[in-house]
Amino acid sequence: MDYPFDAIVVGAGGAGLWAALELAREGVNTAVLTKLYPTRSHTGTAQGGVCAALGNLEEDRWDWHMFDTVKGGDYLVDQDAAEVLAHEAIETVIELEHMGLPFNRTPDGKIDQRRFGGHTRNFGEAPVRRACFAADRTGHMILQTLYQQCIKHGVKFFDEYQVVDLLFEGGEPAEGGRAAGVVAYRVADGQLHTFRAKAVLMATGGFGRMFRITSNAHSLTGDGVALCYRHGIPLEDMEFFQFHPTGIVGIGILLSEAARGEGGTLLNDKGERFMERYAPKLMELAPRDMVSRAMYQEIRAGRGIGGKDYLYLDVRHLGRKVIEEKLPDITDFARIYQGVEPLKEPVPVQPTAHYAMGGIPTNVFSEVVQDERGTVVPGLFAAGECACVSVHGANRLGTNSLVDLLVFGRRAGRQMARYAGTVERPRPIADAAEPVRAQLDAIKSRASKGESVSTIRHELADVMMDNVGVYRDDKLLTAARDKVRELKDRHGAVSIADCGAVFNTDLLEANELGYLLDLAEAMVAGALARTESRGAHSREDFPERNDAKWLKHTLAYRGPKGPTLKYKPVSITRFEPKPRTY
Amino acid sequence: MNVDLRILRYDPEPAKPALAAGEPAAGAAELTGLPSTPPKPHWVTYKVEADPMDRVLDLLIKVKAEQDGSLSFRRSCGHGICGSDAMLINSRNRLACRIRVDQLGKKISVAPLPGLPVVKDLVVDMSGFFGKYRSVKPYLINDQPEPERERLQSVKDRARYDDTTKCILCAACTTACPSFWARPEYVGPAAIVQAHRFIFDSRDEGADERLEILADEDGVWRCRTIFNCVDACPRGINITKAILEVSSAIVGRRG
Repeated sequence: MDYPFDAIVVGAGGAGLWAALELAREGVNTAVLTKLYPTRSHTGTAQGGVCAALGNLEEDRWDWHMFDTVKGGDYLVDQDAAEVLAHEAIETVIELEHMGLPFNRTPDGKIDQRRFGGHTRNFGEAPVRRACFAADRTGHMILQTLYQQCIKHGVKFFDEYQVVDLLFEGGEPAEGGRAAGVVAYRVADGQLHTFRAKAVLMATGGFGRMFRITSNAHSLTGDGVALCYRHGIPLEDMEFFQFHPTGIVGIGILLSEAARGEGGTLLNDKGERFMERYAPKLMELAPRDMVSRAMYQEIRAGRGIGGKDYLYLDVRHLGRKVIEEKLPDITDFARIYQGVEPLKEPVPVQPTAHYAMGGIPTNVFSEVVQDERGTVVPGLFAAGECACVSVHGANRLGTNSLVDLLVFGRRAGRQMARYAGTVERPRPIADAAEPVRAQLDAIKSRASKGESVSTIRHELADVMMDNVGVYRDDKLLTAARDKVRELKDRHGAVSIADCGAVFNTDLLEANELGYLLDLAEAMVAGALARTESRGAHSREDFPERNDAKWLKHTLAYRGPKGPTLKYKPVSITRFEPKPRTY
Repeated sequence: MNVDLRILRYDPEPAKPALAAGEPAAGAAELTGLPSTPPKPHWVTYKVEADPMDRVLDLLIKVKAEQDGSLSFRRSCGHGICGSDAMLINSRNRLACRIRVDQLGKKISVAPLPGLPVVKDLVVDMSGFFGKYRSVKPYLINDQPEPERERLQSVKDRARYDDTTKCILCAACTTACPSFWARPEYVGPAAIVQAHRFIFDSRDEGADERLEILADEDGVWRCRTIFNCVDACPRGINITKAILEVSSAIVGRRG
């Protein structure tokens, strides 16, 4: 079937929902497509808070938030975008409250705020209370609130429609084509549908599922990012992937930084607060890349718990009231998934693959740009984790993922509405679904004839975790590059057991694995080329940051023999790069 | 440890090629009932090597990876927040990602949520469930001009509706409710929880509209305080209490 709309939003997390809300308010005929149900989106798992310099408990300023974001990102942040982020964070949080978000409250009834890693007062002096929160389910409340508002404003949802291709009119983006819609696979019955629109937003989230230990949902397979890459749009700064310090050992489920924001400490086998040696000023509230590296150092030095590969997160001294009122969910996670009682014993933790700083390159209007000169792909937008605007640079600060998706999801909706008013709807494209139908049919035709999806997926997850993790070097990355190539070849003959049309998750997982492999290829290429250490990209063979050579963004273009890399400059407006100490 | 995992399988397309071959995938499963025509749900038992700390979701993923890729189930976040994987596990509604093997023992049975149409295997049609959610106007209603900053709300007023903000719309409660099984038109506990979240929010002005909807014959009066919903809720919400508070508000409004 062919559905004509004016705007299409792909993905129903925070960025997609806010964009859809803006479009609905402007009266633009909009469809939201999600491969899940909207309330299942990964925004809902964000726990700790959303930073905005409201100053409800102590003095705060948005330019301090901007500075922290730039420094936290090891100066690879585009400062024009960071300014937008920190400034508009304030009005977006207030607007969320007006929409009904149940923030925790101060004694005088204002939005309550707490400390979070890397967020400081007066340009790095000491931690500041900036994170607005709803217990430790802030993301859940953001997702629910935005979905509620979309219902109120009559947004049209296509639930369990998985987007499997992008459509362009007048050629591919590199040939000057404009976005014309998407092809979607209806999970319930396996039918392909085309959705035509003037403006298309990618809001498909991250791709942490390429790692073995990850906080990411099973559905985070980078669909929108990979589809852009396959249509010749470069991917920006893919080598920067954040490992969050406090994942549950073995399974990666996140214990929020809020635990440390409320005063939780990290301990090694000797019972030492080892962060004293790595970040004496901010201690456990240093940025995540630094804390994760410190944990690896402790483990390597034999000071992991019992000599093993994990450490302790200790919240016992916070007392029952703080733990139960402000950290109920993560307390529950420790009980359920580890059988540990945080009121009485420390919780074993290890770094977990968490967040992609890189992704689809965009400008501050959430428009997708396709080269180092900033040439816009007309009608194509991206926001949230799948996009790289770049407000996170080489390392994202805690809560800034939510700030990013709110601020730039909102901007995307507004810009899409403006754009949709200026162009005609694309004409139907003959046989638009045929290329992707052929791909999917090819997978189905190999039923039970070759290697399974899970074999290849496990090998990918292992090599990415072991070779492209917290610490990297030339040898590890070269081996990873070769392995990913091999896995891509093998994926070309992957086999599934289910040939049906109804709710065929076997087929969808095989297809999603192809996305992960493409993105892994781009990540490894960027990491191999970048011979410096910056933020989350830590090369043991090049341990120093090298601004003279590497203060620039990577752009990875897909090519027949692997990615081609180009680079573009970083926008530096207010804060000159300095050594990064905390 | 070895676990016998019984799964209620259902395939609406029994004639498709993979099944026509007649052989289950390598290493599979002793079949305790074969699909006949027209297709009917049937139990299949899988032997799975499990750790006591594994969740049922881990076992389902393992079966799909190692024994039969055609097994369909929903899952996403894997830690009890997204609400995708509610199912009937050892005769109680549970999230598969939140219930461990050591809580269930060596014989585990898994079936789709009761009372909703089955699409395939453990996947049910959620459209009716979300339709009921929408019917209670689950959004803040307040037509006053917005202040420049946040609306103020006291800590006490915020606490008044805290419990019902936890709902993740997994449908475990509604599909555990005998009143819902007996009368599928009943709006159900999940929708009432969502209404409660706004009715008792001091910033909301839509209580009358929602109470009117819930005073309907398929509204709150269908609740027989059986407490199945409370047992089923993976978020620990005191659902029956919320329903009774909504009922009292209706009575109070009439009084």
